[in-house]
Amino acid sequence: MNPLLIPFATIGRSTLGMLRVIGQVTIYAGQAISHILRPPFYPRELLWQLLQIGWLSLPVVGLTALFTGGALALQIFAGGARFNAEAVVPQIVAIGIVRELGPVLGGLMVAGRVAAAIAAELGTMKVTEQIDALVTLSTNPLKYLTVPRILAATISLPILVAVGDAIGIFGGYLVSTTRLGFNEAAYLRNTVDFLELWDITSGLIKGAVFGFIVALMGCYHGMNSGRGAQGVGRATTNAVVSASIMILAANYLLTELFFNA
Amino acid sequence: MIRLDNVHKAFGSKRVLQGLTLDVARGESCVIIGGSGTGKSVCLKCVLGLVTPDSGSITVDGQDVQSGDRDAFLARFGMLFQGGALFDSLPVWQNVAFRLQRGPQKRPKAQAREIAIEKLRRVGLKPDVADLFPSELSGGMQKRVGLARAIAAEPEIIFFDEPTTGLDPIMSGVINDLIREIVTEMGATALTITHDMRSVRAIADKVAMLHEGVIRWHGPVAQIDTADDPYLRQFVNGDAEGPIAAVR
Repeated sequence: MNPLLIPFATIGRSTLGMLRVIGQVTIYAGQAISHILRPPFYPRELLWQLLQIGWLSLPVVGLTALFTGGALALQIFAGGARFNAEAVVPQIVAIGIVRELGPVLGGLMVAGRVAAAIAAELGTMKVTEQIDALVTLSTNPLKYLTVPRILAATISLPILVAVGDAIGIFGGYLVSTTRLGFNEAAYLRNTVDFLELWDITSGLIKGAVFGFIVALMGCYHGMNSGRGAQGVGRATTNAVVSASIMILAANYLLTELFFNA
Repeated sequence: MIRLDNVHKAFGSKRVLQGLTLDVARGESCVIIGGSGTGKSVCLKCVLGLVTPDSGSITVDGQDVQSGDRDAFLARFGMLFQGGALFDSLPVWQNVAFRLQRGPQKRPKAQAREIAIEKLRRVGLKPDVADLFPSELSGGMQKRVGLARAIAAEPEIIFFDEPTTGLDPIMSGVINDLIREIVTEMGATALTITHDMRSVRAIADKVAMLHEGVIRWHGPVAQIDTADDPYLRQFVNGDAEGPIAAVR
């Protein structure tokens, strides 16, 4: 090949590879969604995944929201002081947490914890032939392993976001009332009066989408893991990185959609 | 009963099966031997439909393995995997009774547990193992649990993938004897792949040697020491020198 064409060939190969992966993920997601509606159903697996993905992510999401709410209050107070707008701290903390930081940071933290765990678990199952064993036992791995995880994450994330929102606002309240001299009752009244239902709903919708993305990426990379410890390690890394990037991209697209709505 | 006819399978440029033809009769215990990487596991996976061949046909009782009702087809099989392939998240009894807790063969929980404990007893494990998790078992015990799972639904056909790999000689002997006893007692058709000549002598009615993607030799187990095929001779005797090139 002409040496001048090598960079173009490399770009072409990478583009084709990326398009192939996008196609594979899309087909995988479509198959998973179609299996959600068709029996057999595995309610015990779903309950177990709700516990693993939802309940056990609560400390991580809660702590993230608490510290973010506190830091946000300080930043808005400092920024607002430049044009005598310190009083808007309760409102901006509330809207910032509920519409943006709650779902995005919650999604990213869950991506780190859950996408990695799912990819490692399913990757190990693949390497140790447990997935093949499922097939020989007349059980569809997509239905038994993927569907409960995707459903559980899609249900859990909005709930985690809602709890995270409350804790994040509480973090802002705590810092504002103890460090910045805000009145407790006035802070709460300003928060409640300012927030609209759509602010909360839009954040919860984002949470459901991010939950779907987290589980989809964990399952896809785990099921397509390479051989050995290195293959499982790579699947885990790819799951977290792709889930994080897709969450940020989906966040922009959803915000754009909601902004225009 | 099981017929593979001119089966080819390649992974990229690596041609694994290159025209494999093999017949296994009902109730027969056939052992496929051959060096590492000769396609023994791929052959089993092709029969089960876990891997799709590039060409050729595979039938069970005249029915193509890729067509028809997959669940009904797979319900006829039991398989012991090389590493056991037990589900880490389930206790031993639920591993054994996996097929009895879901799908068309579903039984009430108590009955499924009872059958699992009976099958564990059949492979020489005590009932108190039932509530342990696979990670709490030794390699030999995991193999026995895998064997109990393979026979739990009393399949017509059982596949054994390297049943004694990684076990000490005594445990290998125990597993070999169990396989022979269970296959005879159930009247099942068995297809085993192994490198272990002791297993071959203990388990096989018929032996097939796979080399470079084709069956190089096949015949009754009694003939493996007298056959004059140089490939078989080298493999059976474990000679470094011979027509099979060893990678050093």
